[in-house]
Amino acid sequence: MTDTFIVGFDGSDAAQRAVDFAAARAKLANAKLHLVQVLEWSPYSFHTPEELAERHKRREQELDRAQGIVQPVTDKLNASGVEATCEARHGNTAEVLSAIAADKTAVQIIIGRAGASGFAGRLLGSLPITLAQASTVPVTIVP
Amino acid sequence: MLKAIVGAGASLPFMTGLAYAQSDGIDKAISDAIAPIVNPIVSTVFYSVPIFGTNFPLIVGWLVVAALVFTFYFGFIQFRGFKHSVELVRGDYFDPKDAGEVTPFQALATALSGTVGLGNIAGVGVAVYLGGPGATFWMILAGLLGMASKFTECVLGVRYRNEYEDGTVSGGPMYYLSKGLSEDGKATLGKFLAIFFSICCIGGALGGGNMFQANQSFAQISSIIPFFEGKGWLFGLIMAAVVGIVIIGGIKSIARVTEKVVPGMAIIYVGAALVIIIMNIGEVPAAVNAIITGAFAPTAVAGGAIGALIQGFKRAAFSNEAGIGSASIAHSAVVTKHPVTEGYVALLEPFIDTVIICTMTSLVIIITGSWVPDSGVTGIALTSKAFEADIAGFGYILAIAAVLFAFSTMISWSYYGLKAWTYMFGEGKTKELVFKSIFCVFVVIGASMSLGPVIDFSDAMIFAMAIANIIGLYMLMPKVKALLADYHERLASGELKKVK
Repeated sequence: MTDTFIVGFDGSDAAQRAVDFAAARAKLANAKLHLVQVLEWSPYSFHTPEELAERHKRREQELDRAQGIVQPVTDKLNASGVEATCEARHGNTAEVLSAIAADKTAVQIIIGRAGASGFAGRLLGSLPITLAQASTVPVTIVP
Repeated sequence: MLKAIVGAGASLPFMTGLAYAQSDGIDKAISDAIAPIVNPIVSTVFYSVPIFGTNFPLIVGWLVVAALVFTFYFGFIQFRGFKHSVELVRGDYFDPKDAGEVTPFQALATALSGTVGLGNIAGVGVAVYLGGPGATFWMILAGLLGMASKFTECVLGVRYRNEYEDGTVSGGPMYYLSKGLSEDGKATLGKFLAIFFSICCIGGALGGGNMFQANQSFAQISSIIPFFEGKGWLFGLIMAAVVGIVIIGGIKSIARVTEKVVPGMAIIYVGAALVIIIMNIGEVPAAVNAIITGAFAPTAVAGGAIGALIQGFKRAAFSNEAGIGSASIAHSAVVTKHPVTEGYVALLEPFIDTVIICTMTSLVIIITGSWVPDSGVTGIALTSKAFEADIAGFGYILAIAAVLFAFSTMISWSYYGLKAWTYMFGEGKTKELVFKSIFCVFVVIGASMSLGPVIDFSDAMIFAMAIANIIGLYMLMPKVKALLADYHERLASGELKKVK
């Protein structure tokens, strides 16, 4: 069975570096890539009644927009000979990436690092650290 | 519900000790002009019969009897289904594939932010002042019964909502009254009740859900910030601008901040109450005793046990809106595989609003010994006095809480009113803008004037919503029962199951 690498993607330069890195490894290992764009979302956030009524519509729009960002990158990978699939999903980034990795029995998760290691990074917490602690598969962080 | 403090005006006793923002000049002229028109409506809706020397408003009986009927009809669903409700809110049944949709927790939080408010703080002060500690017992009982009303109306709200092609939804009593009853060949009656409900809902939104909020939060603010004294119009303009930015400008960030601060305020409030209760833990048995004996054989209470019962029932009904139909509008937007889940989630509202928060307030008032019959200290002043007895300076926190609660209640009611408006006049940007503009104008009017009769009228409108709503609920409750049976069949068969 072909190994699967999960790649966290958000359209940023860091994410693109992660994709490039993953593509190079995938070629060597004959693995396939699964790009995941997570839309940060909490089941406990608060909304006005009007937002509740529009939520379903907004969700579709958000997913469409995310798919519009990740799909071309996936297409390009396939064209270059690396087998790749993609999806967009709402949730907590670390949790969603771990869940999808478990679901697809992926061998590792690859993410980019934006480099916010200063005060903001510490204050807000960072995805690489959260993911490293939560993931059940190895995590590769591309600087 | 904030308007609970003032209730239905001079004709009723629970206005005692509460001041409107202003009462001179233009305000008085307008009040005098409007009074002859609105007074008959107010006295009809709040028609009271004397029971043992106390006036009992029939509309309160109407709400409590309905709650009792639904409780028996659905076999005490609020107790049997309580655990299931908590599991639903916790997200045990929420499919991760639906991430990004409205969760049961969010629907509950939004509906609660529309009901939890000054009614929980000041309304309880009025109830204990007039009804004695025993009023608490009846308030809790009415809160527990009201859970069944909420269940019924919110199941129907989801079942008969309109889902539009663009993915938005509209639901609430006007939809289940018209669509549900037309299924039984009672289309004309359904349409009539739906229109009746909508008119009352618009009136209630502009009045109790708006002017009253502006008026009472201004009264609070001007009592702690002398600058605002006599400048109700200025406070109104500021408030209207903020409301307008949110509902017309679509700047959701302000609402989102409030929606985060409001639960925070509620937690601070309940936390402070808990601290006071723990500090006086030795007094608690005596307080519980006072509540129970006061419920059946009160002393120093007008009307005796019946007086305590009336005050307790009134406060619960006015505070948690069970049977009014408003929460059903907020709950209709949720994504669910079955309408019954929303009923289960919604039945927690009267529990949180009345059984927990109102009871806390009442316990604090009783254990601190702040209740002095016939002292004239009632409403928010009584609650404030009770909290200040153990936590100095808490009055300021209460004032801030009052403004924030008022704001979130206004945002909720602007939406309820809007839905009733679009039900009658049709959907459309311009039509919506008209209503939203009217809504903002009423914020200024509410803050700057002492329109007693107008506010009474709007209160009457909110309770008149319950007339149409509950008639519909009685007629539609067999459908809810069928849905409930279907839901439990699906649960048993494993078609609906826990995801975690």
